Amino acid sequence: MEKLILRKVEAGREEMILNFGPQHPSTHGVINLLVETDGEVLRRAIPDVGYLHRGLEKIGEQVGYPGYMPFTDRIDYVAAMFPNEGWASAVERLLGIEAPPRAQWLRAISCELCRIASHLVSVGTMAMDIGAFTPMLHGIREREKVNDLLEALCGARLTYNYHRIGGVAFDLPEGWRDECLRFLDHFDAFVSEFDRLISWNEVYVRRLAGVAVISREQAISFGLSGPNLRGSGVDFDLRRDLPYGPWALPDFRKAVSLEVPVGRGFVGQVGDCFDRYYVRCLEMRTSARVVRDALASIPEGEIAAKVPRKVKPEPGEVMSRIESARGEMAYYVVSDGTDKPYRVRVRTGSFTAMGIIEEVSRGLMLADLVALIASLDVVAPEIDR
Amino acid sequence: MTGPRHERTPAKPANPRGVLLGTLAFGLGLPLVLFSAVLVLSPLSRPALAAALVRRVGQALGKDWDPSGWTATGQQLLYGVSIALLAFVLVNFGAVVSGMTVWWEMRVSSRMQSRVGYNRVGAAGFFQWVADAVKLLFKEDLVPADADHALFRAAPYFVLVGFALVFVALPFGESLVAADLDVGVFYVVSVTALVVVGILLAGWSSNSKWALFGGMRSAAQVISYEIPAGIAILVPVMLAGTLSLQGIIRAQGPWPWQWFALATPAGPLAFLVFFVAQLAEGNRTPFDLPEAESELVAGYLSEYSSFRFALYFLVEFGNLWVMAALAVALFLGGWQVPFAGPETFAAARGAGELPSAGWWGLQVLSMGVFAVKTLLVVNLIVWVRWTLPRIRVDQMMTLCWKYLVPFAFTALAVTMVWQILVARVPSVGVATGLVLASAALLVGAAFLRRTFRNVAAAHDRVDLTNW
Repeated sequence: MEKLILRKVEAGREEMILNFGPQHPSTHGVINLLVETDGEVLRRAIPDVGYLHRGLEKIGEQVGYPGYMPFTDRIDYVAAMFPNEGWASAVERLLGIEAPPRAQWLRAISCELCRIASHLVSVGTMAMDIGAFTPMLHGIREREKVNDLLEALCGARLTYNYHRIGGVAFDLPEGWRDECLRFLDHFDAFVSEFDRLISWNEVYVRRLAGVAVISREQAISFGLSGPNLRGSGVDFDLRRDLPYGPWALPDFRKAVSLEVPVGRGFVGQVGDCFDRYYVRCLEMRTSARVVRDALASIPEGEIAAKVPRKVKPEPGEVMSRIESARGEMAYYVVSDGTDKPYRVRVRTGSFTAMGIIEEVSRGLMLADLVALIASLDVVAPEIDR
Repeated sequence: MTGPRHERTPAKPANPRGVLLGTLAFGLGLPLVLFSAVLVLSPLSRPALAAALVRRVGQALGKDWDPSGWTATGQQLLYGVSIALLAFVLVNFGAVVSGMTVWWEMRVSSRMQSRVGYNRVGAAGFFQWVADAVKLLFKEDLVPADADHALFRAAPYFVLVGFALVFVALPFGESLVAADLDVGVFYVVSVTALVVVGILLAGWSSNSKWALFGGMRSAAQVISYEIPAGIAILVPVMLAGTLSLQGIIRAQGPWPWQWFALATPAGPLAFLVFFVAQLAEGNRTPFDLPEAESELVAGYLSEYSSFRFALYFLVEFGNLWVMAALAVALFLGGWQVPFAGPETFAAARGAGELPSAGWWGLQVLSMGVFAVKTLLVVNLIVWVRWTLPRIRVDQMMTLCWKYLVPFAFTALAVTMVWQILVARVPSVGVATGLVLASAALLVGAAFLRRTFRNVAAAHDRVDLTNW
């Protein structure tokens, strides 16, 4: 970065160096982008991450296996179910235990509801960054309803701390299933309304179609994952292609239908901002479908497996990958045989997504940069951890 | 689980009925006072009528006051006082109107966005704009250390002056205009251009990169859109044969098929171009690029605080009303009252020195027509703002130069040809108006139908009770 500033001073060039953040309204938290612009046109934008670093991986090495669960919520507080699930499944594999079926179903239900909640924020803020304020509040309104459901399930609206090593913390409360089904009925109508309100709005489409195209090859080589990868036309979803937890259970897969929406240039090119945006809109529908199917087929039984009181896995290492709302979330955990992990490393979708900004931002307009950041759906806590 | 789970009971005011009555009294009373002040003062600021009023007051007091016998200085003083009073009323009118527009916009937008919106100060949060203005007055007037102090301080005044001067030529009713300038439209277009000077100054003097971006965008945008707006304005000017705003309104009629927006084949096109260009000149969504929050933080306003910020805010929302008023005057028949032509007004005036009560009643009526039409257009602009996203800078320029400018020229050319045609075959004019008015009615009906259909598709229903 210093080099960039020096180069500018030396050559006496016309470009302006602009600090886009860390307190900018559309950097979704505290992200700084060092932007080199020539008027409205960007030469490039260099992400400068680390403003929200809280040392969460290091904390994991200090507090022991069960105690780390509430901390994982903070890795991605917009979709806190996923870090929960990732941590639980990592430790379970380290211990060699498996959660009972009902717990697996509950994990899938809670995670898919959480995916809906997270995507609602994503598509809403995307619209807001493009300048339309109303869709954002509609999204937040629906998210509140999801939060109501999750609150009834686990007592929290943001940092759920719901999953446990070997299962989940609470069973479905009385009447929750009907409430959830009522919400899902309403939600399908809502997504259609949202499409009418903003997705197919002419101005919106023109702002996003063909903007900041990430090609298939680029997406793979930069390690994009989740909706960002699928937006570029790569049909890859860990739930289907590398099943984990509930998705690895044949009964669950039989009961639940999972379509993986893939960007195919809905209005512009494959891999443009609109594809990444619309893949999320479609994923909300598929997640709702998964929740519906899972609720219809949920088995009775225990919600937690027997776990030793002192969690002390054998020495070894494990890599657990799950499909989070922001792409692949992977926990790499090394055990040295004590009650605290020797090493915890979290791979998140947002962090890898930041890497591609510099590559794609060349030649964009300033307004397109905002669209690009929003379409990658990065959240600061997940980038910095 | 349906509905919010943690309902907080809002603090109940001690006397809800009192609050409601107070709000209603103020909310209806203040505009009423202002409108009546405009109503009374704008005819009476003419020298002849002012003199007549003084004579009448003198008679009532039993004194022999006759301004025509006064010295020239005395007469000028009388005229000056009445004009100063009117100017005071009009500037305050702008401030109050912009405050109420803010309230209305916030109420409408909160309804569109399923949120509660203003509801704290006064009934339905009506006094929020007063509270906001007072709050801003008390804030520290911050000038950034590296800013160009003089320009930074001066910039809001350019904006305010550009806004306030419009009211000089804005016709509120048949005789209700501060000055019916014979170059009215030209004057309005030129004084509104002062606003962009203020914005550009703000952008430059703030010495902030975001503000500079905003200022440059604003200059590019407003100056570009002056051109289609100016050409679109030429259509009513040509049809009326005058630049005077009153003259243009008089050339239209009270009924929709007599409005310039619908009376000629190019009318709708010209109106559309004018409307879009006005949105762009007023920095309204989808053209709010100069202060695009998600891109430029707050654009040219980034460094402003306190009352200087309030002035920009006042002008922005006041301009909403001015924009709507201009659209109404130029294209939607202005204050024209059905069944009351110029001869009705002339007959009602009577032969006396001061006009009769019936004439004043007609003035009130014409003012009401104008105000209602303007509010409807304001509402339309509010809907547009809270529905559409923002366009990009290059799209903004493309829209202006590749679409609006050619469209405006087309409208102008069609109008010229059409005028020749109508001069030969007058019946064509009436037929065009009727056809276009029915088409507009159909469009409105289709809009309503679609709204209801969409609401039904979302498993919702239209409910106008929950304000």
